[in-house]
Amino acid sequence: MANYEVHEYDVLVVGAGGAGLRAAIEASSMGVTVGLVCKSLLGKAHTVMAEGGVAAALANVDEQDGWETHFCDTMNGGKMMNNWRMAQLHAQEAPDRVRELERWGAVFDRTKDGKILQRAFGGHKWKRLCHVGDRTGLEMIRTLQDRGVHQGITVYMECAITRLLKDGNKVSGAFGYFREDGRYVLFKAKAIVLATGGVGKSFPVTSNSWEYTGDGHALAYDAGAQLIDMEFVQFHPTGMVWPPGVRGILVTEGVRGEGGILRNSKGERFMFKYLPEATRNDYAETEEEAKIWVDAAIRGEKTQARRPPELSTRDNVARSIYLEVKAGRGSPHGGVFLDISYQDPDRVKKKLPSMYHQFKELADVDITQQPMEVGPTMHYIMGGVRVDADTAESQVPGLFAAGEVSGGMHGGNRLGGNSLSDLIVFGRRAGAGAAEYAKKHTAAPSIVDDQIKAAIDEMEAPFNRKDGKNPYELQRKMHEIMSTYVGIFREENDLKKGISLLEALKEEIKQVSISGTKTYNPGWHMCRDLRNMIICSEAIARSALSRTESRGAHSRLDYTETDPEQQKSNTAIFQDGDSMKLEKTPTPVMPEELKKLFVKKEPANA
Amino acid sequence: MREAVMKVFRGTDSGSGEFKTYKVPIEEGMVVLDAIHYIQGYLDPELAVRWNCKAAKCGSCSAEVNGHPALMCKSRMDHFPEGQEITVEPIKTFPLVKDLVTDVSWNYEVNKKIPAFKPSENADWTFMQEDIERVQEFRKCIECFLCQNVCHVLRDHDRKDVFYGPRFFVRMAGLEMHPLDTENRAGILKDQAGLGYCNITKCCTEVCPEEIHITDNAIIPLKERVVDEFYDPVAKLFKTIFGKKK
Amino acid sequence: MNQSKTSGAPAELGATSRNDAWWVEPALVATGFTLFIIYATWRALVDYQFQEWGPYLSPFFSPKITLPGWQWSPAILILWMPAGFRATCYYYRKAYYRAYFMDPPACAVGHFGGEKYCGETTFPLVLQNLHRYFLYLAIVVVGFLWWDAFSSLFYNGSFHLGLGSLVLFGNCIFLSFYTFGCHAFRHLVGGRLDCFSCTSGAKTQFKLWNIVTKLNEHHMLWAWVSLCSVGFADFYVRQLAAGVWTDIPFIGS
Ligand SMILES: Cc1cc2nc3c(=O)[nH]c(=O)nc-3n(C[C@H](O)[C@H](O)[C@H](O)COP(=O)(O)OP(=O)(O)OC[C@H]3O[C@@H](n4cnc5c(N)ncnc54)[C@H](O)[C@@H]3O)c2cc1C
Ligand code: SF4
Ligand code: SF4
Ligand code: FES
Ligand code: FES
Repeated sequence: MANYEVHEYDVLVVGAGGAGLRAAIEASSMGVTVGLVCKSLLGKAHTVMAEGGVAAALANVDEQDGWETHFCDTMNGGKMMNNWRMAQLHAQEAPDRVRELERWGAVFDRTKDGKILQRAFGGHKWKRLCHVGDRTGLEMIRTLQDRGVHQGITVYMECAITRLLKDGNKVSGAFGYFREDGRYVLFKAKAIVLATGGVGKSFPVTSNSWEYTGDGHALAYDAGAQLIDMEFVQFHPTGMVWPPGVRGILVTEGVRGEGGILRNSKGERFMFKYLPEATRNDYAETEEEAKIWVDAAIRGEKTQARRPPELSTRDNVARSIYLEVKAGRGSPHGGVFLDISYQDPDRVKKKLPSMYHQFKELADVDITQQPMEVGPTMHYIMGGVRVDADTAESQVPGLFAAGEVSGGMHGGNRLGGNSLSDLIVFGRRAGAGAAEYAKKHTAAPSIVDDQIKAAIDEMEAPFNRKDGKNPYELQRKMHEIMSTYVGIFREENDLKKGISLLEALKEEIKQVSISGTKTYNPGWHMCRDLRNMIICSEAIARSALSRTESRGAHSRLDYTETDPEQQKSNTAIFQDGDSMKLEKTPTPVMPEELKKLFVKKEPANA
Repeated sequence: MREAVMKVFRGTDSGSGEFKTYKVPIEEGMVVLDAIHYIQGYLDPELAVRWNCKAAKCGSCSAEVNGHPALMCKSRMDHFPEGQEITVEPIKTFPLVKDLVTDVSWNYEVNKKIPAFKPSENADWTFMQEDIERVQEFRKCIECFLCQNVCHVLRDHDRKDVFYGPRFFVRMAGLEMHPLDTENRAGILKDQAGLGYCNITKCCTEVCPEEIHITDNAIIPLKERVVDEFYDPVAKLFKTIFGKKK
Repeated sequence: MNQSKTSGAPAELGATSRNDAWWVEPALVATGFTLFIIYATWRALVDYQFQEWGPYLSPFFSPKITLPGWQWSPAILILWMPAGFRATCYYYRKAYYRAYFMDPPACAVGHFGGEKYCGETTFPLVLQNLHRYFLYLAIVVVGFLWWDAFSSLFYNGSFHLGLGSLVLFGNCIFLSFYTFGCHAFRHLVGGRLDCFSCTSGAKTQFKLWNIVTKLNEHHMLWAWVSLCSVGFADFYVRQLAAGVWTDIPFIGS
């Protein structure tokens, strides 16, 4: 058996994005030993790319705001599929978590009276997103990174975990390799927090990076945990569509929050006609009213006018754009136009500096002068590891999950800005939960040699196969399947076809091979990542097939209506022997006092 | 189809590495990182490169393109004259791992030595936009380490023993100028961080993809703060008489 | 992990993979400086009999200083101040470290000589830290030059305006833009504060700092423009004094 190094911690955190860092900070401040592992360098996790802001009902700008409204917005946005308890904790704790970031050195944009400034975002009734221009995620990750470093947390960079190890039914460690030189490593741990983010790399057009191969989802699945709500994949309405190399790169919702207008090739402001009946009253009726709202927002004043239709929820805007393009009213490169150029150029550059540069440098478009071309891009997965709301523990004892890899918080559709707040609220809870667990279970974790051997064999195999399949080619195949059969709009026959093709691809993946050495060999890494991606792809396709309605981010061509009955159950995926099983489990039912919040004061909010 | 000729450094040892030439079809709007990905995906799956966001936000894909330190995801292919070879090399100041990947861990070690943010105890946490504008510029840093790479103190003179480098002056400036921070880092700046080794030749500013005015807004103001504390007898006297601000 | 190894940095002067004309800028800077230094030295030490003409006093010889027993050029008593100011200026430092010391000559290009690099930490370069004292002197000198420019408007008891006055005023404006855009000045008027809104005094300083910052953003430009203007002002007066050129009067004679 090949050599491997061994480290031991009370708590091992896998993933150093917002959720992982916050978990590690919490656990370490509770006095347990903490190790932190991440696939790329510290500070490069996806969180760094988040732009628009972090949602928290601080009520600095709109003083009517409060956690109840944030809670209702989140549940409405999630089409009531959310775990209500998570949504509640999230809305209640987000303000404190944001203030805490400020205490740790984060420097948010300010209101005129020196408080944290908040901007509007889709689906949020009030101006709620604390931000730093359009680089909020960078601010957040740098703050947490420095805090963690000063707490003395040990970080293993460019180290990928490939297996969770178990002692009986509970976790006892994790196995992985260092990307730099391919050496193997075993982490013994009493508790493990998964904070590995999402699954975007299953799709060809995505705002996500190479890291998003669904590792955490797959690790948890392999370890016996359940994945819920996997059919809910968020397509962000505004990704870049041109030039080809940048297709999918995100255009922050902040553009629309600052007053960006969507038009089709005929110059129509089409979002007016796509507002769902239920929430039509929350949005402006005419262009004039929308303009009054934007002007007031720019001056930092109050107004009776309602917000522009572009601030509808993401699922709705993404579908609308898709339909406009389908109907032949798209822009030259197959998107629609997003226009902020009617505003003062200096203000645009100040509020959206990285968008300005992104378009200027990558697309030769000056957004202060011309409209952008945008279209839907795969962005976020609402589904993930089923966890307990209060402790973030999964069904596998000792295994916790937080951030994008966990499921339940966002239900059928995530509101913009609710992810960054999710990371710090549940990152902290997962860290605390894991530390508590580790304190209770004092016995040293025991490791079974067979599991290590299996993990090593799996990694060695691609080198030993001669003339197998090229991993990049297989990934292209998977992209093809996912974009053709499991895209924004789904249909039974497509999904079935997709699943059978994925089944076949699964067999091919077993034949993948690579040459060369283990020193920073991305082809070799891809061989392993493929397996995770295909697990997630299959979970998405199967879950999507099982939900015979359209709800939130899940849109079926053959079932276009929302079916109230299906709100009552979540889709759960789990492993049974060698095959993937699916089960419907009851959606947690809200207590009466929370239900009341939806009845009178709060109009339903799409 | 139009093709670009890419000369890419391959090897695990800077002494014995070599340039390999690849032909890559050009698409409109393509960046150098796209070309590298094409090579990975179709010609050479082992080619090592670090990247994450492909949108100039994470600072992973630093390299030297035609000798210029730059982010590969931000270097447009059509900015180079057509038909001319494009060379891509790893950054030079840090030990090579393989191909375009270097070991930048030294930077993370340096970061640990910087005294943390220390807000005043009785702060009420209101401060104005104008108080933080300077700090926000510094906090734009994406840690691409291109400034560390190009800085001749590290690159040519290899003074990692006495010099933290521009990235960390930017970081310290962000802490020092925070309206609520109470720590005084002037001593560290002068001694451990080696601010005096910087001869303000501004290469760091020239390469910074975030367009942070590293020299003018971070390093020089810090040098002046060090002067206040250590080189200016009058300022020193003034401070002793009228009390320390910090 | 070997931390102190440079993974293949160019060792000798000029070694680089850059394929652009990186040497143009340092070459131009070196030429410009050298020409100016030669001219100024010649004027100060050799050609110093032409100091003033009519209402105009050359900036190289202002203020007029008479020391008992001093038999050399009066420029020597004056020029060390602006020379010291410029020599310790952050912009000029950059420029001559690149163009003369070639350390580095340009970015990502191999440097010249020197085994043990000490930057500005040891004598004599550590004295660069005294730049602000030269600033104080330079402000006094600029004050005198403004005085000279105004005085040139009153000649023989009546108002007078000639091309020479415009040259002197122009020079004063450019020199002021340069001097008051100084980095040390920017620090002293407000940059040293951490909070701009905390006291009313700080708010005033913030306004000043903003103005200085505007000038400072183009410090390099003003450094060159004022260098040329001061050289030209001197040359203009010299030519008048030497009888080569004649002034163009607009008002008065
Ligand atoms: C372009 C973009 C813009 C966004 N803007 C916003 C916004 O404005 N507001 C908002 O709320 N949300 C936004 N989001 C969503 C949000 O940024 C992400 O959902 C969130 O950052 C996920 O954080 P995380 O901590 O769960 O994971 P990440 O930050 O992605 O971190 C995952 C970590 O896990 C590590 N990892 C993964 N697999 C392994 C493995 N096998 N072994 C070891 N380590 C592993 C990775 O290296 C990484 O460190 C945006 C997302 C994108 C892509
Ligand atoms: S200005 Fe200073 S820190 Fe920046 S590159 Fe030059 S010597 Fe290095
Ligand atoms: S200061 Fe600029 S060049 Fe240096 S690491 Fe940060 S972003 Fe990169
Ligand atoms: S890949 Fe993130 S900066 Fe280039
Ligand atoms: S910095 Fe140039 S004059 Fe002071």
